[in-house]
Amino acid sequence: MQHESHTHGIDMSALGRDKQSLRLAEETVAIEVPGLSLYYGDKQALFDVSMNIPKQRVTAFIGPSGCGKSTLLRTFNRMNDLVDGCRVEGAINLYGTNIYRKGEDVAELRRRVGMVFQKPNPFPKTIYENVVYGLRIQGINKKRTLDEAVEWALKGAALWDEVKDRLHDSALGLSGGQQQRLVIARTIAVEPEVLLLDEPCSALDPISTLKVEELIYELKSKYTIVIVTHNMQQAARVSDYTAFMYMGKLVEFGDTDTLFTNPAKKQTEDYITGRYG
Amino acid sequence: MKKDSLKGWFKSGAPGVWISGGAVAMAVIMTIGLLSVIAVRGLGHFWPADLIQATYKVPGQADHVVIGEVVQKEEVPRARLKGAGLPVPEQGPEFMTRELIKVGNRDLNGSDFSWVVGEWLVDEQRPADLMALERREWGNFYGYLVSVKEQGRVVAEGPAAWNELQARLKRANQLNGELQQLEKKDIGAINHGLERLRLHSRKLELDGKLDAAAQADMDAERAELNSRYKAIEDRLSGLHQAFSRDSLVARDGNGREVEINLSKVVHAIQPNGMSGLTKMGTYFAKVWEFLSDDPREANTEGGIFPAIFGTVMMTLIMAVIVTPFGVLAAVYLREYAKQGPVTRLIRIAVNNLAGVPAIVYGVFGLGFFVYVLGGSIDRLFFPESLPAPTLGTPGLLWASLTLALLAVPVVIVATEEGLARIPRTVREGSLALGATKAETLWKIVLPMASPAMMTGMILAVARAAGEVAPLMLVGVVKLAPSLPLDGNYPYLHLDQKIMHLGFHIYDVGFQSPNVEAARPLVYATALLLVLVIATLNLSAVWIRNHLREKYKALDH
Repeated sequence: MQHESHTHGIDMSALGRDKQSLRLAEETVAIEVPGLSLYYGDKQALFDVSMNIPKQRVTAFIGPSGCGKSTLLRTFNRMNDLVDGCRVEGAINLYGTNIYRKGEDVAELRRRVGMVFQKPNPFPKTIYENVVYGLRIQGINKKRTLDEAVEWALKGAALWDEVKDRLHDSALGLSGGQQQRLVIARTIAVEPEVLLLDEPCSALDPISTLKVEELIYELKSKYTIVIVTHNMQQAARVSDYTAFMYMGKLVEFGDTDTLFTNPAKKQTEDYITGRYG
Repeated sequence: MKKDSLKGWFKSGAPGVWISGGAVAMAVIMTIGLLSVIAVRGLGHFWPADLIQATYKVPGQADHVVIGEVVQKEEVPRARLKGAGLPVPEQGPEFMTRELIKVGNRDLNGSDFSWVVGEWLVDEQRPADLMALERREWGNFYGYLVSVKEQGRVVAEGPAAWNELQARLKRANQLNGELQQLEKKDIGAINHGLERLRLHSRKLELDGKLDAAAQADMDAERAELNSRYKAIEDRLSGLHQAFSRDSLVARDGNGREVEINLSKVVHAIQPNGMSGLTKMGTYFAKVWEFLSDDPREANTEGGIFPAIFGTVMMTLIMAVIVTPFGVLAAVYLREYAKQGPVTRLIRIAVNNLAGVPAIVYGVFGLGFFVYVLGGSIDRLFFPESLPAPTLGTPGLLWASLTLALLAVPVVIVATEEGLARIPRTVREGSLALGATKAETLWKIVLPMASPAMMTGMILAVARAAGEVAPLMLVGVVKLAPSLPLDGNYPYLHLDQKIMHLGFHIYDVGFQSPNVEAARPLVYATALLLVLVIATLNLSAVWIRNHLREKYKALDH
């Protein structure tokens, strides 16, 4: 990340970074959301959201707290199934298959759609065991395969050089930023197709944030990435496409440059210029 | 002005600090006081105290000589002594001393202890050659050694007799060890084998499969066991003869002589002639004997090893039963059950179960476990030994199970709290990697909750190990003939009755024919019970801290 800007306002120079003119309509669709509504009990949290998440691009969800961006993200790997009283209407198609169909293997879906959470949540195991956890779940126990996966995943998460000499130490001894990159390594070790990042930097210091952002930028060549963030500079820096949500509705969705420099909706403009939110 | 400052003092919160600090101090003082009373009284018992010899002059009666240990001294009003019918003079000081002396020689005096009036004891001496004999029956003997005999013939007399006695006592104790080994272990094994054969033949008979071949097999085996028994019996009778070869002649304070066979003597010491160091040696030998020996004389003498063993065994089996049971229940309640009125009701019920008086569990254990469950098991699996019950009678298994039932709420509550404390983010992290709920539970949640489970187990052990009331109904007895763990198949005898330190305290203290002799043992046993429970707890705490280090929660 070349640009470090923690001042208010948007550092527009960041936006130009090798983003060839992107056209949403021409992208391959990874996740198709054709009108999704979600209820927590009687309360509706998402209102008929429709969007197409493009393949191997970084898509950011922005919006004020409680606007439903995390909720929407969690529908992509059905993490919201864990919430009592949560009900989904509509469908989400992952490469053309509805993940809310009957008989969907949720565990397999979650392997394909990995998720990184707000707070780093390494398991109280060694660094090595953290990375191979998902593989062991799949029944892979061959030492050579696991060793290779650990090196590959940790390199992928830009953590290898820092931890290669202490793979068998507890993961809880790592710093917050290292832990978050370990979680990313753990997630990519099972080779998912989609990476969901739920405010991955909100608990990190600026330096660690920078490292994770760099990582996101590198990972997009392989994975479809969806990131929820509170930080508009971050959205501007790392994403190709941005969706602005407000009160459970998708207000505007387009390529990041356009959305930040020339928003189509008044609400979007108010939000990104800091008038509310 | 003064009022203001008082008000200010109250406002500052200082009284609260003083009161709460005082409460802590009280608790600490009470605990230390309790432990030290138990420790001093219990441990003092093993000290080889000096023996006194004195002439007891009761007015208007013939003098006689008293020999023994002074156990207790107290001041009593003269009037009370008079009221007790003692010939107290009309004039004199208002208070007189009364001493409790352990005079031993129960075979001669009729009782071990005697209250005497201190003022009437005169000419008190501590002769160095005064001897204390610890005997296998009739309690202690105090007196002077006259001679040592071998098969009725005097081999040593006078001052030389003491060393001769020690040498021969050593031999006798060695023989005793061999006898014990033969009688308890070897013959025990043969009896066990014979009983197994009998049960086997009865089983075949019941199944209608007892044919000539099986009969012949068993007869051969029985003959083999019987011939082994014969050989051991021959050796035993030889040993018995050798064992009772020697005897000693001793004289009590009043000149009466008795002959005591050495097979009846455990130790002989001359405490007045012993140096502090020798006394120390004797002291530790006696403490060790208390820890490692079987009880004698209706539990008032000897050791309490079977009770220690029984307590530890029962507590361990209880822990092995209660932990998985409680953990599984907690996992279901917290992880799988739908949280609602029913789960809430179950939780309340579980918490209340922890408050049910222990004796109620004992009654339930006897009524359900022993009679219903044990009786059914006997009918189904052990019909060959009926009408003698196998598991249909109080025993180790039922005692452990009853205690497990009593302690299970503690484990459930502790485990549930532990499960609730596992951060949601960690569970989600596992689920997000494609793990199912069960995999997450087994690989992440349960290991992380293991310190909490250990805490539950510690609390369960603490609760159960000290429990006595229910045990009297479901398997603990005054004197168990053998340990529940031995070299005979199946090694761990869950159907056996056991001894227990807690019950031992009750039995020795309140059911014993010789209350004065038993009182120090009550304290010593109580101290030991505290130590055993503390050891069990501390080892569990150590394991828990070890786990906690490994699975320390994510705190940031």
